Amino acid sequence: MESTHKSNMATPVLTETIDLAAKFPGRVTPDARPGYSGWMVAKEALVEVSTAIRDELGYDLLSNVTGVDYPEQSKLEVVYHVYKTTGGPALTFKTQTERVDPAEVPSLVSVWPGAELQEREAWDMFGIKFTGHPDLRRILMWEGFEGFPMRKDYKEPFHEEDNKPLKSRWPEGKHSYAEARNPYGDNIMFKPGFDPEKWTPTDPEEALYAALKKYKTEEKDGIKTDHIIVNMGPQHPSTHGVFRAVVVLDGETIVSLKPVMGYLHRNHEKIGERNTFLQNVPYTDRLDYFNSMYNAWPYALAVEKLMGLKVPERAEYIRVIMGELSRIQNHLILFGMLWNDLGAYFTPALYAFEERELILDIYEAVAGSRMMCNYQRFGGVVRDIDEANMKKIKDLVFERLPRKIEEFDRLLSENEIFVARMKGIGYLSPEDAVAYSVTGPTLRAAGIPYDIRRADPYGIYDRFEFDIPVRHNSDLLDRYLVRVDEIRQCLRILQQAVKQIPEGPFLAGKPQYQVRVPAGEVYGRVEAPKGELGFYVISTGKGNPYRYHIRTPSFINITSVEKMCVGTKIADFVTILGMVDIVLGELDR
Amino acid sequence: MSTNELNLPDFNIPSELDGKVAITTLDRVYNFGRRSSIWPMMFGLACCAIEMIAAQAARYDMARFGMEVMRPSPRQSDVMIVAGTVTKKMVPAIVRLYNQMPEPKYVVAMGACASGGGPFKEGYNVVAGIDKFLPVDVYVPGCPPTPQALVAGMIKLQEKIDKQSISKVRWYQKGGDSVEVAVPFLGPDLIDPRRIPEIKAKAAELATPSAQNAPEK
Repeated sequence: MESTHKSNMATPVLTETIDLAAKFPGRVTPDARPGYSGWMVAKEALVEVSTAIRDELGYDLLSNVTGVDYPEQSKLEVVYHVYKTTGGPALTFKTQTERVDPAEVPSLVSVWPGAELQEREAWDMFGIKFTGHPDLRRILMWEGFEGFPMRKDYKEPFHEEDNKPLKSRWPEGKHSYAEARNPYGDNIMFKPGFDPEKWTPTDPEEALYAALKKYKTEEKDGIKTDHIIVNMGPQHPSTHGVFRAVVVLDGETIVSLKPVMGYLHRNHEKIGERNTFLQNVPYTDRLDYFNSMYNAWPYALAVEKLMGLKVPERAEYIRVIMGELSRIQNHLILFGMLWNDLGAYFTPALYAFEERELILDIYEAVAGSRMMCNYQRFGGVVRDIDEANMKKIKDLVFERLPRKIEEFDRLLSENEIFVARMKGIGYLSPEDAVAYSVTGPTLRAAGIPYDIRRADPYGIYDRFEFDIPVRHNSDLLDRYLVRVDEIRQCLRILQQAVKQIPEGPFLAGKPQYQVRVPAGEVYGRVEAPKGELGFYVISTGKGNPYRYHIRTPSFINITSVEKMCVGTKIADFVTILGMVDIVLGELDR
Repeated sequence: MSTNELNLPDFNIPSELDGKVAITTLDRVYNFGRRSSIWPMMFGLACCAIEMIAAQAARYDMARFGMEVMRPSPRQSDVMIVAGTVTKKMVPAIVRLYNQMPEPKYVVAMGACASGGGPFKEGYNVVAGIDKFLPVDVYVPGCPPTPQALVAGMIKLQEKIDKQSISKVRWYQKGGDSVEVAVPFLGPDLIDPRRIPEIKAKAAELATPSAQNAPEK
């Protein structure tokens, strides 16, 4: 069974050079700012150029859309990173608009539907208005919130200084509470003269309900029927956190669905731009809190690329070992929670947690914390794996885990009820999957063997022998089976890695609190357990990132949920959402 | 509960009735019942929720202390474990959930974020601790607290329950109805209805020219 469902995708070698400037004279120019790369597209030609990039050059996967604010040049910029699903490096293009209200840029939803939520985010955070966007509303903050928080001139109510590290509080030794700095004594800010009594509340939900698909009530056989709107979340046991979905139901069938998010919007990016480069590492742990070992990797990759750091051999191996262990426990938890959602309450989850605890034990021994490991550094990792822990890892990857995965598979995968609930549900065509920028196991279950470990290898993944599991039915069952196969491949990688790991230093240079990062922009990405995780970092050569954007798989994969759900039953929505594998820390950031 | 725990030490029970009769107070029996079946609300906000689930799972097994029945509905729960960062967008829902819980009800703030904002305190969408809105009974430190820490926090809550007296608890007092907290709402920023006059006065003061010229800090 296993052998028929894998792909030996080879890493492509890019031979062609793309000269967009010659192709679109006058409308596209190379981005000549020092440290920057890619192309600057005139915003009038954006849709035309991107259609050509997609159709003629074959960049079918829009990975990342984000805004950047340049108040000194009075410009707002939108950055796009596109990839080919056949592999290879990114094509980066940008467009600029005047920093006036409203700052308008044409929407690319018609070219890449996966831009939908990302453009809404850029509108919410930067106030960039995407003309032609079908549903441009605030996404992380609420409708009616004042200000665009990611603009450089926006100051939070608890703002202390523009950049960290904060000024020393010594020698006077005085400290103050953040509350004391704010005139309202709390984390709130209102315009001078604001009167809450005279303020007429505008319903923040109104725009949301207006965005749902319109429906007609009808009369069938003398019985009047109507559609109903159901709110699932933000407190709902099956949404895996504080996610909310508004669904329009016809009987039990889903007619329309809108995801609502931002209930865990913790301002990672704003805080990240005040932090120093190193201070962001522990924050990355709290993005996808199941996989703190994996999250800092793309960030470290990005900053290392700017700094030109070479990671020592041993550290590369440690990253792979920790990362792949993380992928195993992520998928195990997903299976446990999936069975919870299906009604097998908690027993499979207990099996999953049993194995997870063993992996967390290793994390705790190596990094000092079970969940928030804070383990990656620029140029390596913070601590070595000692002999005793290495033995624990070996026992796990050679003895226990292979046995347990087969046990899991044998116990659960062919259960009749399970298969009945999973087979043929939540179909997403491969074309749609790519168009909606879906990455990770969901994309591979649609028959597209796109795994960044192969498509654009990072670290030392090009040294290991492993397959990319692929399935072709693109339903829930296939998404589950792809993950089961993926765990087996993780074990293969791990077995090679623990055999090959060399002795030597685990951190390049000596540990330092404040790193010097040369000016420039960089996009680092990895195949995280949930999909493509990327960090877009701009440095100006100072101690803090000028722009720190996180492209998270949960957030972007959720774009396709409506497509998967329409036509299925409300009970299936729970499972479909579960199999997208969202985690709220990463979804809302 | 063993007889030793339940019995009042001052009364001697004849040996033939040992293990069959206990002389105790109403408070002890009442609190024993309550502390042995604390039902937490199945309600996770962020990272801490995962450790809360781990505390329920096999290795840490909170069921040993009678806290295993997680209820998805606030109507059936006794304690709200606020497990994670409280954001401005979420806090109206949390306060509403608290209001829907029947008395007696308790709040445990799990982790740094729920206790005081934690690493995200400076964020524009973060509420610096759930105690700005709800009365918190136990704070559990950590980021996230380990399952052991959560279990220890819940045992502290049990100790707190042990000290309550049926004649004094607020939910049996005359007119002592369930505690309701005014639900905050989302305007240009988060507005706490209890603080409306204060906000109005401060905003008016900031609008006067002298306040604008004066240094803020």
